[in-house]
Amino acid sequence: MAFFVADNIISPLGFKTADNFHALAKGYTGIDMINDTKIYPEAFPAAMINSNNLDDAFIELASKEKYTRLEKMLILSIKDALDKTKIDPTSARTGIVLSTTKGNIDLMASDRQNSFEKNRVLLWKLGEVISHYFGNPNQTMVLSNACISGVLAIQAAAMLIQVGKFDHMIVTGGDIVSRFVVSGFMSFLSLSPKACKPFDKDRDGLSLGEAASTIILSKDITGKDDIKFLGGASANDANHISGPSRTGEGSYIAIKKVLEEAGISPGQIDHISAHGTATPYNDEMESIAIDRHHLNEVPVNSLKGSFGHTLGTAGLVETAILLEEMRQNTLLKTTGFSELGVSRKINVISKTTNKELNTCLKMASGFGGSNAAMIIQKA
Amino acid sequence: MEQLTIKTYCHIKNNRICINGELAFEYPEASSMHDFLKKAFKHFKPGYAKFYKMDDISKLGFLASEVLLQDKPYLAYQPEDTGIVISNSQSTLLTDAEFQASIQDDTNFYPSPSVFVYTLPNIMIGEISIRHGFRGENAFYIFENFNANFIADYINQLFLSHKLKACIGGWVDQSSENYEAFIYWADNKKDAPLAIEHTAKEIERLYNLIR
Amino acid sequence: MEELIQKLKVQIIEQLNLEDMEPDDIDETDPLFGNGLGLDSIDALELIVLLEKEYGIKIENPKDGQKIFYSIKSMAEFIKSHQK
Repeated sequence: MAFFVADNIISPLGFKTADNFHALAKGYTGIDMINDTKIYPEAFPAAMINSNNLDDAFIELASKEKYTRLEKMLILSIKDALDKTKIDPTSARTGIVLSTTKGNIDLMASDRQNSFEKNRVLLWKLGEVISHYFGNPNQTMVLSNACISGVLAIQAAAMLIQVGKFDHMIVTGGDIVSRFVVSGFMSFLSLSPKACKPFDKDRDGLSLGEAASTIILSKDITGKDDIKFLGGASANDANHISGPSRTGEGSYIAIKKVLEEAGISPGQIDHISAHGTATPYNDEMESIAIDRHHLNEVPVNSLKGSFGHTLGTAGLVETAILLEEMRQNTLLKTTGFSELGVSRKINVISKTTNKELNTCLKMASGFGGSNAAMIIQKA
Repeated sequence: MEQLTIKTYCHIKNNRICINGELAFEYPEASSMHDFLKKAFKHFKPGYAKFYKMDDISKLGFLASEVLLQDKPYLAYQPEDTGIVISNSQSTLLTDAEFQASIQDDTNFYPSPSVFVYTLPNIMIGEISIRHGFRGENAFYIFENFNANFIADYINQLFLSHKLKACIGGWVDQSSENYEAFIYWADNKKDAPLAIEHTAKEIERLYNLIR
Repeated sequence: MEELIQKLKVQIIEQLNLEDMEPDDIDETDPLFGNGLGLDSIDALELIVLLEKEYGIKIENPKDGQKIFYSIKSMAEFIKSHQK
């Protein structure tokens, strides 16, 4: 068995999970108009971390080494999560999984290429920088599977604990808002001109965001607040490399498999944390997958209206918030949502309320036809 | 106890393609990996025009899977029981550089959607899944060097927890200097002419078989 | 017009990586999507980039794409009427 024992979120809404949770409960969003021609020639909405705040927080760590923006976010995130535990990061029994889509991609720009050694842009190198900082003797396992990376990384970590490879797993992830990623999503015409509106009838695309997040899993239960990992699965649509399946096939299969593994019936699910990017196709697809499992009455939220789409770290940020929702027995509203705009009737949360939460489902989908689902439960 | 065994494997490197260690195609005069893959694809004649739209590293992984799966071993399995777990060291670095070149200058700023989509390493897994209708577990991992231990443990655990019954595993990497693909097909069928234990030791041995 | 149509055929074959296809294989009235050339949604986005890069024409509303990119002929007519 694997238990969730500590977590952190570094985002524009705060540098601790609790700060982020309170901002969400108040309905705040980290998405703002960004005017930075180094990132994109025109203004665009995104959730970006203030660099001064990041540097101020990092100065306290008094490091002599030079780190990239993303590395600072990841180190701060892991540090905060570890400080809440007695776990020794230098032990061979502690493993690290890093989840990211593009890592230090900002180093590819021609004016940044000489600021760090050449291989710093490689994802395994990013993993090495992190393990060196914390003195971890193991090779960091780097997972890069588009937007399901975060959820998949938790699944991998739980599995490695279950087979006895490690006693503790530090699952960390991060992605930044860069010229590379903004231009790419712009060329896909996927970005909304305003802050995104998940599941809404007026939704017209996603908003990007940046964040780092860490979730620590352990073989031993540490307190009465612990939540356990019940199961995780992934599935491919086998349909298209960028467009989600029209029938929700991959997402449906991932949920089906995880219900079987967890030994849970759909009626036992108290809450769903959806992917909810606010693109017309993604949200429609998720509503179909939810409907096919008869989960229509279960309260669903998407946090993309608050954090933006944080790509490889989205699954970690959203799971950290889901854990806090369970501890607080609170259903957080979907920021940006006002009227249902998907073909299947699903129960999107429009107002933050209290509810006893025991068993929850996390969904994720991404480019490459990939889908993931995970079930967690109070210990 | 039921277990996975490797039924077939494929290497592509140094302008040669080998199946189960035997040379299946070579083109030593190839001027680049791109040139080699195109020639090899025409040789095997799978007839799949989408191949030419892929970036080079997806072409490498896709071609390796075409050669690997010529005898269609997956027909005995349900789509959701068939997984793909691939790894490499460079992710999609060369495709990233191509996309970066298209956005470098504000005066010549034309980001290409068809290049951008391939700047995710798991798109290769998506392409193979579409081709054969595989709907099982997916994962793309990045390690400095091929990590047979991890790949063996990860796939075996997915098998033991009933999340797959058959799987493609391996390593598909491309840097500006070199390229290599080593992928294998493992499933739980018992009576087969070739059945190699799905262990880190055997996977490492097969990986090093072709130099 | 004929010259523009020929040029478009060459550009589309090149930009969309239509291997083993010659300009003469494409009839200018054939549908580009669906049963015609079999292009998909990413190709449609790539055609938007092509219009902007090669002809300086920006499509503001992607929904217009369906009509503009129906065939090589409709594309050529659109370019002719929008070029400055």
